[in-house]
Amino acid sequence: MNSDLQNEPKGLIECQGVSLTFRNGKASQQVLRELELKVTEGHIVTLLGPSGCGKSTLLRVIAGLIDCDSGNVTIRGSAVSKKMPMQVRHEISFVFQESALLPWRTVWQNVVLPLEIRGQLHEGNCRSRCEELLEIVGFAKSDWNKLPSQLSGGMKMRASIARAMSTSPKVLLLDEPFAALDDILRSKLNDLLLAISAQRQCTMLFVTHNIAEAIYLSHEIAIMSRGVIAEILDVPFRFPRDAKLRSSSDFAAYYGIVAEGLIASALTRQVTEKGIA
Amino acid sequence: MKPFSRQLVTIASPFLLFVLVAIVWHMVVQIFSVPKIILPSPIAVLQALWEEKWILLGASWITLKAAAVGLVCSAIFGSLIAVLFSQSSLLRVALYPYVIFLQTVPIVAIAPLLIIWSGNNFRTIVLVAVIISIFPVISNVTSGLLSINENLRDLFRMQGATRWQMLIKLRIPSALSQLILGLRVSSGLSVIGAIVAEFFVGNSGEYDGLGTIMTARQALLRTPELMAALIACTLLGIALFTLVNLLGATVLRRWTKTDGFESE
Repeated sequence: MNSDLQNEPKGLIECQGVSLTFRNGKASQQVLRELELKVTEGHIVTLLGPSGCGKSTLLRVIAGLIDCDSGNVTIRGSAVSKKMPMQVRHEISFVFQESALLPWRTVWQNVVLPLEIRGQLHEGNCRSRCEELLEIVGFAKSDWNKLPSQLSGGMKMRASIARAMSTSPKVLLLDEPFAALDDILRSKLNDLLLAISAQRQCTMLFVTHNIAEAIYLSHEIAIMSRGVIAEILDVPFRFPRDAKLRSSSDFAAYYGIVAEGLIASALTRQVTEKGIA
Repeated sequence: MKPFSRQLVTIASPFLLFVLVAIVWHMVVQIFSVPKIILPSPIAVLQALWEEKWILLGASWITLKAAAVGLVCSAIFGSLIAVLFSQSSLLRVALYPYVIFLQTVPIVAIAPLLIIWSGNNFRTIVLVAVIISIFPVISNVTSGLLSINENLRDLFRMQGATRWQMLIKLRIPSALSQLILGLRVSSGLSVIGAIVAEFFVGNSGEYDGLGTIMTARQALLRTPELMAALIACTLLGIALFTLVNLLGATVLRRWTKTDGFESE
């Protein structure tokens, strides 16, 4: 491909000058403003920002669910859009807020659904991969035939992660998946996600507004504010992450830095906008 | 309250109210000496019910068959129309006024017309029952097919699902609870439709449903028997409604099952 011939190392996911305005009759709201972002292969990058800054919208643009007005999004050099070819589409997977399991399907039927839609369920090792995934996320074999309504919030989320990974995606997009869970469950699932990322060499883009979660999970934190990436922070802790990290003084100190960055980005944007006005 | 005593209250209180109303009704009839052809006492009605039990049972069976066949046809054709509506907005816009027409047309006005076209027979009764009971199915199922969860829709889109896969694997299962909801309303309507149609079919001798029995009793001013038939109509409506509810509970158990909650 053309982009591979250039010398500069390319990210797996690249957003260049991405702009998007939502229009509803005469009212319009610019959600993304010439946004730039590069995600390196194998990394976990967190999009951190206040509600309404465009995090989830950006994730949906990268997923090819919404087309941007201008700029371009590429995954491994191939353009992403609503009409992208299947082979690009199949590289991406999505974990939704509130698990989004089909209530009439059992855990197993939910996990194999993406493969079923693609018609790959009976190909090669697909079944054994799903079985393995269910084990990794912590389902006993006796629970595979349970319905989502019989599961707790945490178990639903585990099934949802297994479903997203069932297609062996190169890119996993997660939209505040653990927002509704309590802190203990959240940290357990963070560890699960780290384990999966390491084992499956999956690049993840993770949306959250929880600072501790952002630090613990990611290689880089992209602080987002009013439709742009205001700042990218390289998280200085080594992988693999250890649960003890959360209670260390370094973690607390870094938490302060990130929080400051978050507040500063919100303030400067406000100032510049007032200046323009 | 304990669950048992609560259940007892749920069953006993409507029954007690019924007994109370019957007593007042009986006293009114006695005190004011109301003529039997205007308002018979509850005892006279019960007597008529007992005496005519075989006739009423036979007629109820015939009417139940017509109403049930009508309801099943409404469920099938209503759902098919709803599926068409969900697939094409043009079709939806073009046909919706006519569907509303089905809802607003006075059934008493078109029943005679249908009899002219279709005859004094079972088919006509079913046709009227369908016309009156199909609208709740169409409207509920259409909205069920169209208002699917946004995240689930995105999940299917991201996998590149075809329109057909989306319909079969997502829209139809999502709309099933709406179908049951529509059928609950339709079950009462289909009984009404069948009985109204039977009024018009009349005593041609070809057909003996509850409606035909009622018009015959009314012509002879046999009010106790007429009221007994009315009770049979009500019971029939309740029976069909209960049947739909049971069916719904069985089908939807998968959708709402909450036993054996598993926590981490």
